[in-house]
Amino acid sequence: MRNTLAIAWKEIRGYFTSPVAYVVALIFVALAGYFFVRSVDSILTGANFPEASMRETLTQISIFILPWLAPVLTMRLLAEEQKIGTIELLLTSPVRDWEVVLGKFLAAMTFFIATLALTFWYVLMLEWRGNPDMGPLLSGYLGIVLYGGAAIAVGLLASSFTSNQIVAAVMSLGILVLLTFLEVAADQVTGVTSTIVGQMGMTTHFDDFIRGVIDTGNIVYYISLTAVFLFLTVRSLETRRWR
Amino acid sequence: MAGMVEVNHLTKYYGNFPAIEDVSFEVKRGEIVGFLGPNGAGKTTTMRIITGFLPPTSGTASVAGYDLVDKSREARAHIGYLPETVPLYTDMTVESYLGFMGTIRGMDSKRIKVRTGEVIDACRLGDYRRSHIGKLSKGFRQRVGIAQAVLHEPDVLILDEPTIGIDPIQVVETRQLIKDLSGSHTVILSTHILPEVSMLCNRVLIIHEGSIVAEDTPRDLANKLQGVERLEAEVQGPPAEVAEALGKIRGVREVAIATDNPNHNIFKIQARRGLDLRPTVSRIIVNNGWSLLNLQLVSMSLEEIFLKLTTEEDVDA
Repeated sequence: MRNTLAIAWKEIRGYFTSPVAYVVALIFVALAGYFFVRSVDSILTGANFPEASMRETLTQISIFILPWLAPVLTMRLLAEEQKIGTIELLLTSPVRDWEVVLGKFLAAMTFFIATLALTFWYVLMLEWRGNPDMGPLLSGYLGIVLYGGAAIAVGLLASSFTSNQIVAAVMSLGILVLLTFLEVAADQVTGVTSTIVGQMGMTTHFDDFIRGVIDTGNIVYYISLTAVFLFLTVRSLETRRWR
Repeated sequence: MAGMVEVNHLTKYYGNFPAIEDVSFEVKRGEIVGFLGPNGAGKTTTMRIITGFLPPTSGTASVAGYDLVDKSREARAHIGYLPETVPLYTDMTVESYLGFMGTIRGMDSKRIKVRTGEVIDACRLGDYRRSHIGKLSKGFRQRVGIAQAVLHEPDVLILDEPTIGIDPIQVVETRQLIKDLSGSHTVILSTHILPEVSMLCNRVLIIHEGSIVAEDTPRDLANKLQGVERLEAEVQGPPAEVAEALGKIRGVREVAIATDNPNHNIFKIQARRGLDLRPTVSRIIVNNGWSLLNLQLVSMSLEEIFLKLTTEEDVDA
């Protein structure tokens, strides 16, 4: 665990010594702010008393921000190590491969949650001017954190495949867009196929959280997805060692 | 425990290409062993196997008694490693980098603090402890690389081409640094620079095309080949008879025919040290009615021993 935390801490500091962290946070806040305003403004929504909730905002974040945010946060984590060769010193230290992967995952998660925390400002505004239902709001945030975890695990796997950050980012972007639109794709087919495809989609399991329903099945979905991709990343790292 | 590092019949294939074949050696505690060979000889591959970065195709390697495949993590805990490219996290400061490397090698924070101070002094990095590694020159990065390798006081230090790509003054400094460290560590270093080996190492392993072709102390290796004077004579005449006649000269130890060309041969003559046999040789050849086309004294520097041992046609020498 100590190794994991040391690696996580190193990467977190890494985010802030490069401009990436600031650019990512800025774009995130700008987009999230736009989504928020659109969902509560009476003229934009066309309703006299728009709903005081984060529903729309969090859904938009999950569809329009996470698919690029996760690749950007993870592309460097393993690809860079391979490119400059530091992976050689990392893997010849007495650390386990899963400690490396978990450490990097925690770093990206920490940064993601910190960025997400910037949207609490909107929650405060809702509290100030309206009367939001805290249940769906909190479950929504739980959902988006789980969603983000799975997306980051996908990004980490892509980053382990290559020493090129762009390739890693494009790969994970592709996988994430696919997983995001599986729910839409499910509508194009019928019967069992539709159910299976739909259940695999990342957005399918998000709706309940937004509505304030914490369903074990949905939590299991995101956690298993995360675990599977992290496991594959560990294996990918091992094959790199054993090539 | 027999050896700090034991390598048995190590073979590594990259696809169908054999990088090293059947390499075996042993390094005892406190020894400094030089791994000498031209680029592409298999030095880096061997080191990567010993450090647990690459698996062998066959054969075994162990460090401090731990097998690099079965007990990889235990073995790695005893190793300090400097890869040839000196890979460092350029966005970290020297101090935070050493702190990180210390942590993942299982040192506690108190010891990290003490040792970081010590290695920064030993590697003369004092003025740069808060500099970003990316801003340091190649020579200083090399020092940081060595600093991280010795930080946790490993039993075995593995340095891959530690003096490559830095300027001559830094080379001298780096060598001194390795020399200073050598007292307490077992060191394996690779190089393709001969004087470096004779300066630093107790023992030298010469590796060529993936195999160890010679193993000795630098001095014995030199003596073995320098205890004799060498002559090369190019003669037109019946080879067997010429060789016999040359072999009868007093002080000649060995005559070898280098080319096998009916009546135009190069004879390699080894003679007792301090004898210049050129007048005798030329007289005998001429007296026998053969033609002497060329006659020269061949001196053997360590550099040539290396060439001799690692040049394709002389491997059997």
